[in-house]
Amino acid sequence: MLATAVILFREVLEASLIIAIVLGASRDIKGRGRWVIAGIGLGLLGAGIVAILANLASSIFSGDGQAILNAIILLGAVCMLTWHNVWMSAHGRELSAEVKAVGSDVQSGQRPMTALLVITMVAVMREGSEAVLFLWAIATSGEQSWNMVLGGLGGIIVGILVGLLLYAGLLRIPTRHFFSITSWLILLLAAGLAAQAAGFLNQVGLLPALGNGVWNTSGILNQNSLTGQLLHILVGYIARPSGIEIVFYVITFLTILILMRTYGNKPNPEVKAR
Amino acid sequence: MKRLLLISSLLFPLGALAADIDYTLTVKDHLFQPSEFAIPTGKKIKLVIRNQDSLPVEFESSDLSREVIVPGHGEVTIYLGPIESGTYQFFNDFNHTMQGTIVVNSASGKVN
Repeated sequence: MLATAVILFREVLEASLIIAIVLGASRDIKGRGRWVIAGIGLGLLGAGIVAILANLASSIFSGDGQAILNAIILLGAVCMLTWHNVWMSAHGRELSAEVKAVGSDVQSGQRPMTALLVITMVAVMREGSEAVLFLWAIATSGEQSWNMVLGGLGGIIVGILVGLLLYAGLLRIPTRHFFSITSWLILLLAAGLAAQAAGFLNQVGLLPALGNGVWNTSGILNQNSLTGQLLHILVGYIARPSGIEIVFYVITFLTILILMRTYGNKPNPEVKAR
Repeated sequence: MKRLLLISSLLFPLGALAADIDYTLTVKDHLFQPSEFAIPTGKKIKLVIRNQDSLPVEFESSDLSREVIVPGHGEVTIYLGPIESGTYQFFNDFNHTMQGTIVVNSASGKVN
């Protein structure tokens, strides 16, 4: 029972942390709750479909199919996080400073609502499909008891609670530091997801590894320890990265940073007039 | 696809002509068998993971950036390498007590 709880906790943790960060980062955008909930709903639906596909046609879903699907999902999330971050750095200050006084002034214009929806959807879908597959197998295999299903549900609840804790923690950050901290969090998160995508594309041979284990910090911090796993999710820590993972990490990091600086909110009257 | 395989196996009865070197890793009674195996340095390896248990297994190696779900009573093929010499850990992300090691050395490269 405890073992299943731990497994499901690990599966849910990543989605939970990602959602907590984007929820925190978009706290001043009106109506984001609905979009995030819709994203979670669609993600669960997608997770169910993927899990059913995996059970029905394991050959289609086997090996390459899984890896390519994962890579697409991850790269989709990276694009959406980039959009979200660039938008927030362009409008964040207006949102927190002016809108609170003026009301719904910034409601006009294109807001990153679709980005919020897609980010939560893909986060839930990727981790959720594994969770559904695993719970389903336990429930139907006969050799396992319902005790384990209960344990799994417990793990899911604890995983969600950790996300809520992070969200509550983010909200305590003073407003003037808030946007810079959350956008750095998203920047590192996106770079980490891009590195994971590179790993999947290398797995199916679409990208060269450019060297396995360019360095190895397993001795200092094992990636499979709880701290290692948390850092893996949040900032993309890989103890023994391949060359292509490093390349993807650095390129994504620099691209988002440059985009944020280019479109960022400078103390410039023209930007405010828009 | 099956027919293609059949034809090619008729044309090339010597399977050894295949460029990739095949390895099979079996999951049985919540254990990887073999739990340690050696592969040659700098070669591309085809690894078939066969799950004989009813629970799904997530074969994962953070050392090699590999992550793949093998459904219960299913099998999945992945490719490894070319890899430099060294030892690389793998485990089942659904059950961390299930672990194994891949040893990469030039000694096992004499297959070629």
